[in-house]
Amino acid sequence: MTALTGAVLAQNALSAADLPQIGAPAIEYGTLSPVLAITATALIGVLVEAGAPRRARFGLQSAVAIVGILAALAATVWVSIHDLGKVSFEGTDLLARGKTVAEGALVVDGPTVFLWGLLLVFALVSMLMFAERGLEGGLSGFTGQAAVAPGGAGEREATMAGIEHTEIFPLAMFALLGMMVFPASNDLLTMFVALEVLSLPLYLLCGLARRRRLLSQEAAVKYFLLGAFSSAFFLYGIALVYGYSGSFTLAAIDTAVSNQIAGQNLLLAGMALISVGLLFKVSAVPFQAWTPDVYQGAPTAVTAFMAAGTKVAAFGALLRVFFVGFGGAQWDWRPLMMIVAVLTMVVGAVVLIRQTDVKRMLAYSAIAHSGFILTAFAGAYEGSAGTATITSVSAVMFYLAVYGFSTIGAFAIATLVRDGGGEVGHLARWAGLGRESPVLAGVFALFMLSFAGIPLTAGFMGKWTVFSAAWSGYAWPLVVAGVLTSAVAAYFYVRVIVLMFFADPEGDGPTVAVPSVMTSAVIAVTAAVTIVLGIVPGPVLDLAQNAGTFVR
Amino acid sequence: MNVYAPILVLGIIAAAFAVLSVGIAPFTGPKRYNRAKLDSYECGIEPTPQPAGGGRVSVKYFITAMLFIVFDIEIIFLYPFAVAFDQLGWFGLIEMVIFIGTVFVAYAYVWRRGGLEWD
Repeated sequence: MTALTGAVLAQNALSAADLPQIGAPAIEYGTLSPVLAITATALIGVLVEAGAPRRARFGLQSAVAIVGILAALAATVWVSIHDLGKVSFEGTDLLARGKTVAEGALVVDGPTVFLWGLLLVFALVSMLMFAERGLEGGLSGFTGQAAVAPGGAGEREATMAGIEHTEIFPLAMFALLGMMVFPASNDLLTMFVALEVLSLPLYLLCGLARRRRLLSQEAAVKYFLLGAFSSAFFLYGIALVYGYSGSFTLAAIDTAVSNQIAGQNLLLAGMALISVGLLFKVSAVPFQAWTPDVYQGAPTAVTAFMAAGTKVAAFGALLRVFFVGFGGAQWDWRPLMMIVAVLTMVVGAVVLIRQTDVKRMLAYSAIAHSGFILTAFAGAYEGSAGTATITSVSAVMFYLAVYGFSTIGAFAIATLVRDGGGEVGHLARWAGLGRESPVLAGVFALFMLSFAGIPLTAGFMGKWTVFSAAWSGYAWPLVVAGVLTSAVAAYFYVRVIVLMFFADPEGDGPTVAVPSVMTSAVIAVTAAVTIVLGIVPGPVLDLAQNAGTFVR
Repeated sequence: MNVYAPILVLGIIAAAFAVLSVGIAPFTGPKRYNRAKLDSYECGIEPTPQPAGGGRVSVKYFITAMLFIVFDIEIIFLYPFAVAFDQLGWFGLIEMVIFIGTVFVAYAYVWRRGGLEWD
């Protein structure tokens, strides 16, 4: 009997001696400072909400959010110098630099820090759009009271009284926190928690539009239900992979996968389910159905934040899980991901042609761009020492930078083209925008050219990097499909430009609202970045290259 | 299986005790009904008036439930901390104070925005 007991205990790897030993964990506060700064910002935001007088709240909240993001950006720069070691700017450096922190829950390495920087910059720009109050007569673009019925007396009262929801800022900060933790997670459970932290505030923010509130609430409900489904898939996948490998940590999963410790069924099923959860967040076909509805219904500032931020976070996590955790099984998942990439590009580009609404158009554009990024991912080129070819990781990161700026800029312009009922969604009403406001139409045309991937815009450099990474990974069919679908999509983007400049306006034509300095700054910055990254992509590309590979 | 036999026995005793005491109560207990006793039980407070037909629950309970989650999460972390209190030392104490501080941020928000007022 004692032998049996001993065997049972040994099997569980627990003996009576080591049961009560609970040591204090080591937390690297310095390395985690960007995440902690955003956490503190969100909490201070909630306290401001609780304590500050109503009149002062909006200004105070936007100031807190912006200062917090700037502090986190400074901390990110410090972390990159302090924890990543010396960066050589000569050719490709495939070193994985950085370390796991917080007892292996998170990993702060080159890609993590690069994505943190990207997320913080996108959040900063989006917060300026959140804080825009010049377009609705001194009120923000968010509903005054989300709890009252759309179109009812309560809504009018709230508008008359100038009531605003200032919770949007802390909510966005919590979402940003989740976005930062998501690609930095070193184990699947942390990743799941981060997924929820980033999703829940976004579901809520989607339902808060001031105009077209029913559409906005519909978007929130759809996003919530589909998002909850995809989270459940993700969680089930985690459970199956745990069943296969006996661990949540990506490194341990990698060991299990590389050594093929058991039958592959559990692993394959788990990988498939995890990829459903992640591909949903990047809106890849066939999990793209929510994207147009949500992008259209959500307040445009939220759409911009979500389109850029969620994509960065989700692609970071996708790359980390599949390159680090499932790297040993890449011949199982790569063919499937190639199919998904081609489907995403084709569906995105073809359905894009039929779009008549600006925000839906940008949503399908987002889907097509996910497809382009997926080509580099499915190429899975990890580089070889001594050559300066672009790896999949750095190509994806560079593309995310390019795409994020252009898309935030495009949504910022979409907030300015208005009529009595708010933003003008229908593309036909955009006809003749070039006469009304040549500068604005010109900048929008620039973003369209960047989306299309015309040389001398950032979009061209982005496409070039992802296709070259895919090519290096011998995924040439994807490159062919990518170039062809780019051409199809380019037809549509050029048609929008022609519509703006050469078509006769419908009736009086669209009105271009004059924004405050906030939105103007957003448009100026994003347009400048789109041009600069197209002409001198070197510095940012070097940063992405020098971020190296994932720490395992 | 011998290792688990005491647990099984304990389970049987516990179940038998529960079934026996519930089963015996109707026969041995005194029955003196009054109005308060027949009302639905709501944690000792006055029952909330409900509309005719009765089937619907006031939306106010939603906030109560949300608030409950705040403290629920807190206790989930407090309990293991209490068990390992002496081994974690100052680190554990400071981390728990920070943690409870962040929990009270949510509580302060609910309190200031009138979540604790019933009407």
